[in-house]
Amino acid sequence: MSQAEDIESVDQDGVIESVSGPVVTATDLDARMNDVVYVGDEGLMGEVIEIEGNLTTIQVYEETSGVGPGEPVQNTGEPLSVDLGPGMMDSIYDGVQRPLDVLEDKMGTAFLDRGVDAPGIDLEKTWEFTPEVSEGDTVEPGDVVGIVPETVTIDHKVMVPPDYEGGEVTSIESGEFTVEETVAELDNGEEIQMRQEWPVRQARPAGDKETPTEPLVTGQRIQDGLFPLAKGGTAAIPGPFGSGKTVTQQQLAKWSDADIVVYIGCGERGNEMTEVIEDFPELPDPQTGNPLMARTCLIANTSNMPVAARESCIYTGITIAEYYRDMGYDVALMADSTSRWAEAMREISSRLEEMPGEEGYPAYLAASLSEFYERAGKFQLINGGEGSISVVGAVSPPGGDFSEPVTQNTLRIVKTFWALDADLAERRHFPAIDWNESYSLYKDQLDPWWEANVEDDWPEVRQWAVDVLDEEDELQEIVQLVGKDALPEDQQLTLEVARYLRESWLQQNALHDVDTYCEPEKTYRMLQAIKTFNDEAFDALDAGVPVDEIQDVDAAPRLNRMGTAEEWNEFIDELESDLEDQLRALY
Amino acid sequence: MKEYQTITEISGPLVFAEVDEPVGYDEIVEIETPQGETLRGQVLESSEGVVSIQVFEGTGGIDRNASVRFLGETMKMPVTEDLLGRVLDGSGNPIDGGPEIVPDQRQDIVGEAINPYSREYPEEFIQTGVSAIDGMNTLVRGQKLPIFSGSGLPHNELALQIARQATVPEEEDGDDEDGSEFAVVFGAMGITAEEANEFMDDFERTGALERSVVFMNLADDPAVERQVTPRLALTTAEYLAFEKDYHVLVILTDMTNYCEALREIGAAREEVPGRRGYPGYMYTDLAQLYERAGRIEGKDGSVTQIPILTMPGDDDTHPIPDLTGYITEGQIVMDRNLNSQGVEPPVNVLPSLSRLMDDGIGEGLTREDHGDVSDQMYAAYAEGEDLRDLVNIVGREALSERDNKFLDFADRFETEFVQQGYDNNRSIEETLELGWDLLSDLPKEALNRIDEDLIEEHYREDEPEAAEVEA
Repeated sequence: MSQAEDIESVDQDGVIESVSGPVVTATDLDARMNDVVYVGDEGLMGEVIEIEGNLTTIQVYEETSGVGPGEPVQNTGEPLSVDLGPGMMDSIYDGVQRPLDVLEDKMGTAFLDRGVDAPGIDLEKTWEFTPEVSEGDTVEPGDVVGIVPETVTIDHKVMVPPDYEGGEVTSIESGEFTVEETVAELDNGEEIQMRQEWPVRQARPAGDKETPTEPLVTGQRIQDGLFPLAKGGTAAIPGPFGSGKTVTQQQLAKWSDADIVVYIGCGERGNEMTEVIEDFPELPDPQTGNPLMARTCLIANTSNMPVAARESCIYTGITIAEYYRDMGYDVALMADSTSRWAEAMREISSRLEEMPGEEGYPAYLAASLSEFYERAGKFQLINGGEGSISVVGAVSPPGGDFSEPVTQNTLRIVKTFWALDADLAERRHFPAIDWNESYSLYKDQLDPWWEANVEDDWPEVRQWAVDVLDEEDELQEIVQLVGKDALPEDQQLTLEVARYLRESWLQQNALHDVDTYCEPEKTYRMLQAIKTFNDEAFDALDAGVPVDEIQDVDAAPRLNRMGTAEEWNEFIDELESDLEDQLRALY
Repeated sequence: MKEYQTITEISGPLVFAEVDEPVGYDEIVEIETPQGETLRGQVLESSEGVVSIQVFEGTGGIDRNASVRFLGETMKMPVTEDLLGRVLDGSGNPIDGGPEIVPDQRQDIVGEAINPYSREYPEEFIQTGVSAIDGMNTLVRGQKLPIFSGSGLPHNELALQIARQATVPEEEDGDDEDGSEFAVVFGAMGITAEEANEFMDDFERTGALERSVVFMNLADDPAVERQVTPRLALTTAEYLAFEKDYHVLVILTDMTNYCEALREIGAAREEVPGRRGYPGYMYTDLAQLYERAGRIEGKDGSVTQIPILTMPGDDDTHPIPDLTGYITEGQIVMDRNLNSQGVEPPVNVLPSLSRLMDDGIGEGLTREDHGDVSDQMYAAYAEGEDLRDLVNIVGREALSERDNKFLDFADRFETEFVQQGYDNNRSIEETLELGWDLLSDLPKEALNRIDEDLIEEHYREDEPEAAEVEA
């Protein structure tokens, strides 16, 4: 192999000095930190992560087998950026925003080849652009100049890029344009296209953060009811393997009432992503009835795809989320799982021979995590509007041990904690969210919403449920020692009520057509029905009815069928009146 | 091809050599010892002037005068359909005395990731004939479902039983519509000669060898070779599945030995160790093996993986089972207590799981009631298990009638449902009917996981006392 050939194929800015897995060092490369470079004869994409004298260290986003010293390195002089514009919804990307469907076409195989590049959005496709401003209007950065119908659900707003100066619009017209054609011109010579670029490691500018007051309604009873997440809030779902992190994340992606969902499969299973790709186009969005995919952007960097791209996929995802936030949308971002992201950082860091922190993770783990979660929030936008990003991060603690660094550093930042429990999962109590360990710090600020939109007494009813579950927890310890029958009758009844709370209200079947989504009203009414049973049963007990007879009333087991009832309002009406009648008939 | 006699350092499985021309990362190296023996290795790190080489067969016999040849390519597996019926060593050389293998293709053993967009979601039920798996933790084509076991437990018997009995029900009746055949690729890493004989005898006895490719790295073979064995096995499996339309079942045993080898190399390279001394990249490394299972759109074949691992100290939080569980689509857990009770196979269904089960069962696939029955049996068995602790303290008499029924259920579940023997092949109907038989011992109202219509259809009312008490 002659050196001359190399120089012809790739512009030579620097030369590879050594290769060790995804980490490559190069000499004579004139680059800045985080510049994107092309490595080797095949032009593999990489990013500069360390500069020391004449030696530049690069993390490569593709497999490096066969790459050797002496091969060229070319600098693009640009940081790792994403293409932002219409066409991102209903797409599936890898960790550096290469569309996987386009890659399949280009590579002509089902396996991911190396050195193939593809733009994040289709450069050929034309979109119908309708101006929102007229010639002579003055626009500032972030202002919307026009609308493009991106999918059936989403109107894509074409904005003045945040790094522009803004000015008077001198020319703008409606019509069909590609993303690279100019749709508007400003008097200072700036031209606006539908496509923007933004470096992923830098947050897009926004105004002040506000306190979120609206819940992200997830349609999951335990989450909406006991541990709510706000629009613009942050949540973590830690749990050992098999406890249902991914199903919980997918349920949120399917049913939460966000306008836009960005779903990041970070270092997880290939088949899981395939499931999402196959299911989402067919499932209806509960808000609009359109396919879910029309509001979803998927980022799939499975566990066997290159580790450096796993490190970057989180940033790619949050930057896309910020772009839609800037249009004024409520965006929900699911990252499954942040532990894999942290491990990718650890792997790269250890190849750089950096001094390790706790459990081999780099010392900057906490800083990276908080930097990421801080990009969530409810924001005043630079164009004066409002938008939010809610972030839900799954955490996969080794051995299910929550004291490990990723879980602990995440908990210091997030305000909602959904702890998954292996015990609950083993007995197929799903979602396996442990109600004793989980918490939400948004509860109080979201109560006014529930009072206004669902029912006035929501906070009291919820507190009642929490109290019963707490009491059950204490009683169970005694039951473990002496058996249930040794308890006084009122405590036995409390256990029975708590059992219904667990089995009918906290449990929810994600695979059942009806039960999979539970609107807030139904969440409230189901809880209220169990409380009706509780109140009537205790009245009966006070009147001297033995607890066995109370437990055996015909209507009680129907409490377990509320979740799957299609006509739930009628079902619960009837159930409540039957419970009243039957329990009162006992005395 | 350039030859060097420039070895500067030999340390454990690693050899460092000076070079004057660049060498690619992961490239294959041949080292010829002064005795004329040829050893193979792989480039672990390549820098200007010096490379570190991991030698598969161990560094015994190498001295500083040994010559090093760089072959200029990464490791390849010669693949052909004729591999079926052959027995190879851990590096892919025939050891069955058969003819030379004439390759159809030579494929890179590292394998490329399957584009998630090109995958097809696995949802074809595989009937293994084992109730604890079919009924409770269903296996589907293209799944990776490991067996978490411990030393001294009969995981090999279970794996063999699955390999023998696995079928896709509708294909039994007539010809498989896509004409795909079933094949087994067996990758052994560090198993004892005795275990190896056990497998080979079973393969030969049942005639399964004809449709199998066997890779054997035994306990006394070099540990570093274990790095390569599963990759050779999976490359062969991918070739058979995606080029030759076979439905391939890959059995890898024992993954614990593989991880030990990984740790050994990590230590020799003086890497910063992660948990319990295993390298920090073990998750990525394991994922690159396990993720080589699945189905691809437009291809008839499939790769289904059953890796076996022995959990050190039966501890499922140990890094090997832990990382495996995070990558694979569930796990089948073997239990020491059940084993000592004589339950065959001693599968503890509670910590077991099949993530792809829900899409592979139900109406049109297995049976409409499958999901509900399995859920209910899980819940009832878990409740019975809890009550056992209580019985130890307060005795059975102190428990209510309902509780006693759950206790009986848990007992019957273990001795009748899970217990079946290694030569018993149960169809999915038999498994589900057995399930209903057990569930019918419980009061009807207690079956809160099952749809009411299904209870009507399948619940067996013939227990006289139950009927009378209600009346």
